[in-house]
Amino acid sequence: MKKYIGKQSVRFGNPPTVLEAAAIVGPKEGEGPLRDFYDVVSPDVLFGMDSWEKAESEMVRQSAELAAKKAGLHMEDIRYMLAGDLLSHNSGTNFGMRTFGRPFFGLYGACSAMGEGMGLGAMLLDGGYAEYVSVSASSHFCGAEKTFRFPLELGTQRPPTASWTVTGCGTAVLAAQGKGPYITSATTGAIVDMGITDANNMGAAMAPAAADVLINHFKDLNIGPDYYDMVITGDLGFIGRDLLLVLMDEAGYDLHKNLDDCGLLIYDRVTQDVHAGGSGCGCSAAVFASRLLAMLRKKEINRLLFVPTGALHSVASVQQGETMPAIAHAVAIENK
Amino acid sequence: MVEQASPGSKVAKNCLRAFLVGGAICLVGQIFKNALLALGMANDDASLVTACILVVIAVLLTGVGLYSKLGKVAGAGSIVPITGFANAITAPAIEYKKEGLVLGVGAKMFVIAGPVIVYGAMASVLVGLFHYFLR
Amino acid sequence: MTLLWAFIVGGIICVVGQLLIDLTKLTPARILVIFVVAGCLLSGIGWYQRLVDFAGAGALVPLPGFGHILAEGTKKAVSERGLLGVITGGFTAMAGGVTVAVVFGYLAALVSKPSGETP
Repeated sequence: MKKYIGKQSVRFGNPPTVLEAAAIVGPKEGEGPLRDFYDVVSPDVLFGMDSWEKAESEMVRQSAELAAKKAGLHMEDIRYMLAGDLLSHNSGTNFGMRTFGRPFFGLYGACSAMGEGMGLGAMLLDGGYAEYVSVSASSHFCGAEKTFRFPLELGTQRPPTASWTVTGCGTAVLAAQGKGPYITSATTGAIVDMGITDANNMGAAMAPAAADVLINHFKDLNIGPDYYDMVITGDLGFIGRDLLLVLMDEAGYDLHKNLDDCGLLIYDRVTQDVHAGGSGCGCSAAVFASRLLAMLRKKEINRLLFVPTGALHSVASVQQGETMPAIAHAVAIENK
Repeated sequence: MVEQASPGSKVAKNCLRAFLVGGAICLVGQIFKNALLALGMANDDASLVTACILVVIAVLLTGVGLYSKLGKVAGAGSIVPITGFANAITAPAIEYKKEGLVLGVGAKMFVIAGPVIVYGAMASVLVGLFHYFLR
Repeated sequence: MTLLWAFIVGGIICVVGQLLIDLTKLTPARILVIFVVAGCLLSGIGWYQRLVDFAGAGALVPLPGFGHILAEGTKKAVSERGLLGVITGGFTAMAGGVTVAVVFGYLAALVSKPSGETP
């Protein structure tokens, strides 16, 4: 049976279920508006470890373990683990997953990792290649600053367009059979580069990628934005969100009523001093694994389009004056 | 379109803060220097000792995590004085301690301050050649 | 009176830096380089000394002052040792400040831990 439709989408024949999820975050996220929805809020950014890198791996390990446990599964029941992060060579994920001894796909989609993983995981399940898969994405503020910007103790100012990398990890356990919420379709994004060079303005670089995947999703499935109760991007922040609305208006899609952004939900921009909003792989992953899944289960929303967004630059590409390529993946999750 | 949607830093407010903090650091420097001169130190030596005192203060503030907080408020006001140079040496040294004392602290110490020394040396050679051949 | 001028001139030099940050998106490392080179070259043609005479620490403490010290040291070395001074002057002049920063920066790295989410 042909399951791919249109230009770049799939519609699942046997929609996989989002069985369980776990979100582990750092202290700053724990003070944010979603504080009551996380499974674990660490009082310590180091998570009991002695470096930022080890802290991120510990977060990944705990979150994967907790999500399986909440789903009533042993790690041996998980056929594949799919996960990604922002550190060099995906090391936050690789070191976090090394104790499990389970088949593992490491993903790099920058902050779009959770969307990439959920789309691929659902394909594995619908294809009959697994009964359970686990999908994680993580980021750590201090590790990301060290990798992409300056040492933390350097006295610099962050421009107002800069975002704040979320310290957190979200894991979702997906199952081939279940009672929902179901992953019904997914649209894989293409790399879009509109020529932005400012690494401190990632929202602007990512908005065109989000617009591209949204437009293709609507066309491929022959639906409009009204089909969804909520369309939520990963970490565009307020600048990227406004740009996305303009781009979608130009393309003839009205998202003003139901568009939101994980980066705008996770912090209080007035009191938490995060400039453009939250970002990082852990941003969309932790928001999905906490608030968004809860909303679906309580039927506050019944049709969600989850669109994590990623900026695919590196330190070297920025220093060499390259523009910023970006990507976004759309995953539709619905109650039946 | 990107330009429109992205707010500029509040330039005037940033400049005022940079002026006040940068000016204050220089004022403190002048107070130290006056005191050293009053103790009978030669002018050049007093300048050097003043710079060293400011450097040590900046290193200590960096070590306890206060210089980055100052930098957030002051911007160039705490980057441009010699204290910013000391901060630029100390911050990566602390951050990369986990990568070891040689390739971590030893090598990374100069990731930001290194170019200052390199280009300072280049410029001083230019000045030296100019002075030798044309004066 | 020098105290007042130190404050004002030092502050103005920092405002120039702030304008470079806000209006040109130059990174701090580039601004430090520009200021040191500018101070060194202005001093080489004799202009910066006038600012130092007038504003004292207000001209010496900001990084153009570091460039000025390099230039002064090189000029002095060239006067004493000729062409050899061209290659020894700069590093001799910066030796004190850089050594203090390196030694204390190293010690600070030994005793302190990265403090976490500050920026």
